[in-house]
Amino acid sequence: MKLKFITAAVALFGCTLLAQAKLNVVATTADFGAIAREIGGDRVEVTTLAKPTEDPHFVDPKPSFIVKLNRADALIEGGAELEIGWLPPLLQGARNPRIAPGQPGRINGARGIEMLEVPAVLDRTQGDIHAAGNPHYLVDPLNAKIVAANLAESFAKLDAASAGFFQANLKRFAGEIDIRLAEWQKTLAPHRGKRIVTYHNSWPYFARRFGVKVNLFLEPKPGIPPSPAHLATVMAEMRSEKIAVVFVEPQINRRTAENVSRNTGAAIVEVSHFPGGVKGTEAGYLALMDHIVNSLAKVLASQK
Amino acid sequence: MEWVAALGLISISLTAQESNQVEQLRLQIKQLQENFEKQQQVQRQQIDALMRRIDVLNGTNASSLKVGSNATTAPNVLEWTERPWWSINPLRIGDHHASMDIGLNASFAAGGSTANDLSTLQSGGHDPSRGGFNMQVLELTLNGNVDHFFRASASLHLPLSGSVETEEAYIESLSLPGGLQLRAGQFITEFGRQNPQHLHNWSFVDSPLVSQRMFGADGMRGLGARVSWLVPTPFYSELFLTVQNDEGETMHSFRKQLDTGKTLFGRSLDYTSPSKSLNQLAYTPRYAAAFDLTDTQTLLLGVSAALGNNSSGPSTRSRIYGGDLTWKWKPANHSGGYPFVQWQTEGLYREYEAGAVSGLNAETLKDYGIYSQISYGFTKGWVAGLRWDYVDRTDMATSLGGTNSYDDAERARRWRLSPNLTWDLSENSKLRLQYNYDQRAGLGADHTVWLQFVFSLGAHHAHSF
Repeated sequence: MKLKFITAAVALFGCTLLAQAKLNVVATTADFGAIAREIGGDRVEVTTLAKPTEDPHFVDPKPSFIVKLNRADALIEGGAELEIGWLPPLLQGARNPRIAPGQPGRINGARGIEMLEVPAVLDRTQGDIHAAGNPHYLVDPLNAKIVAANLAESFAKLDAASAGFFQANLKRFAGEIDIRLAEWQKTLAPHRGKRIVTYHNSWPYFARRFGVKVNLFLEPKPGIPPSPAHLATVMAEMRSEKIAVVFVEPQINRRTAENVSRNTGAAIVEVSHFPGGVKGTEAGYLALMDHIVNSLAKVLASQK
Repeated sequence: MEWVAALGLISISLTAQESNQVEQLRLQIKQLQENFEKQQQVQRQQIDALMRRIDVLNGTNASSLKVGSNATTAPNVLEWTERPWWSINPLRIGDHHASMDIGLNASFAAGGSTANDLSTLQSGGHDPSRGGFNMQVLELTLNGNVDHFFRASASLHLPLSGSVETEEAYIESLSLPGGLQLRAGQFITEFGRQNPQHLHNWSFVDSPLVSQRMFGADGMRGLGARVSWLVPTPFYSELFLTVQNDEGETMHSFRKQLDTGKTLFGRSLDYTSPSKSLNQLAYTPRYAAAFDLTDTQTLLLGVSAALGNNSSGPSTRSRIYGGDLTWKWKPANHSGGYPFVQWQTEGLYREYEAGAVSGLNAETLKDYGIYSQISYGFTKGWVAGLRWDYVDRTDMATSLGGTNSYDDAERARRWRLSPNLTWDLSENSKLRLQYNYDQRAGLGADHTVWLQFVFSLGAHHAHSF
């Protein structure tokens, strides 16, 4: 009798544990982390490796990341070499078969994304270019929908019982993106064709979706710091072309952008690819896109 | 920065005044280019729109909500297994199912010194050790997954002439249960921070003095196996146990073989052939733990030991103990990894049971040494470094006469101060200028200057912490 009671208690306890066991999801960057939270809700525990303010190409491979990766049920990575400079040795140290390549727990964010700027020729004289194409694809809301769908599918493979829950979250998130995207496009519609200067070539997806032009960079080549001569050429073009906006991300040398702004009269707009990278965008992906679109529109409108 | 930008501006405005016509022509070209790009963009958009329509008609719309609907049919699908190759490892042979990354690391140095015995002063095997030009290392690296159980790595040292030396060639398990990992083959011993590092990752031109004294010119490495266990603590902590044959050129404090006529600590090291004992292995346990002190600071602490036989007597043992500390700071909004500060320090202590030979008693020689180095990446691509080295012994060895003590250059007190400046031209090449102020007991001060050039071609593996 007593034994039965204990067995029942253990079984019950076990069931509660199972029911409460959340999927342990590690995302390399905060944008994937934010979308994982949208889809996984309270059934996943999301950990982000890179800080939203830091350069995602050069994250310090802290030993504590090995522990996080060792315990992960799933890893979401950009999949287009964004993390190539720091993730591989961490994965070797993590020795976690659940997130080995090809496993359902290894989620490639770029799956199904139409990559832009896939280089025809790979040559290191061109700077740090990515063979798989430009990896900064999440600032196009339609790509965020693709990533969200991938996550719902992968999470369902890892936690079949919650498949319906993930699917419902996906439907809600994607629906919200559709509504907001229409608004964002309307907000930026009057500024179609306007040019924006950025530090790194990380905005082609945004430019394509919203009809702005981003083809002048403070960096002479990806990953190569700007020289005074290059900056002078950029500023000359900004003046002659009346380019009035410089995107500043938290990880770039602010002084360079401020100099350019002072010398050309262009306004600085603080943006980030990552929720939490700029104050007020901590809430998630939608808050981030709201911020980028609205602050850009505001500056462009004031300069008319 | 402002100054430089301002200078650039002034020069631009000057040229603009002088060559207005050229400027106008440039503008025309620019306008033509603009038009061309506009056309291109319009057409691209039309193509995109048409492709989207095709997608919709095929039911494979990328923006549709059907989970996984597009994954296998979209044109630019990237799957891990199907990835053609990465820009970081453009030298790759084999197809998608069997492939290997190939890389070449090279390091050259040129310089000079006030010392007459430069090859003794710079006693590390990869230290530049002659006035003029030196090739420190030319290393071919091969890496890849063997199957779903193992990955493999090899590093071959190519000399300017002579035979190739296998620095490393090992396999490592990919997914043993229980946080375990196994490595087997020829590999560098996991002792402290400096010894396991390949030259192209060094922060200085040469290796620390204490590493050279304890582990010899080429560092400690050998044939063996290593098991490591990721301890299930809330912070990172890992336990390593390396077991390697204790004989050979790269087992300096153990059963090292010397060239005829050479001695170590006054002894000719005759006991190199396998002893009668079954135990002909060196054991190297290590424990490392890391803590994120704040969001921007990480501390890594480690203790190591290396225990084995040495060849100065029939049953003489060597014991090396070490402790290491690495502290790193990198701000939350760094760009391209800069700025950063890294402080690394390591202390080692050795007990060497030296056997009795004619004229020398059996005795235990006790040596120690420390180095402390700091690197400050002050702006993108530029790193200033300072290293302090100190080595000494706690006792004097008996002299060959048997009564007086004598000072062995391999054990005598010495310290060195090395400031340097590194310019990382890119991820794949760097230039380094280093000055060494050397102070050797009995020999006095020496000044040495090196200019080093390091580059890598092909696969260049991401660095660990």
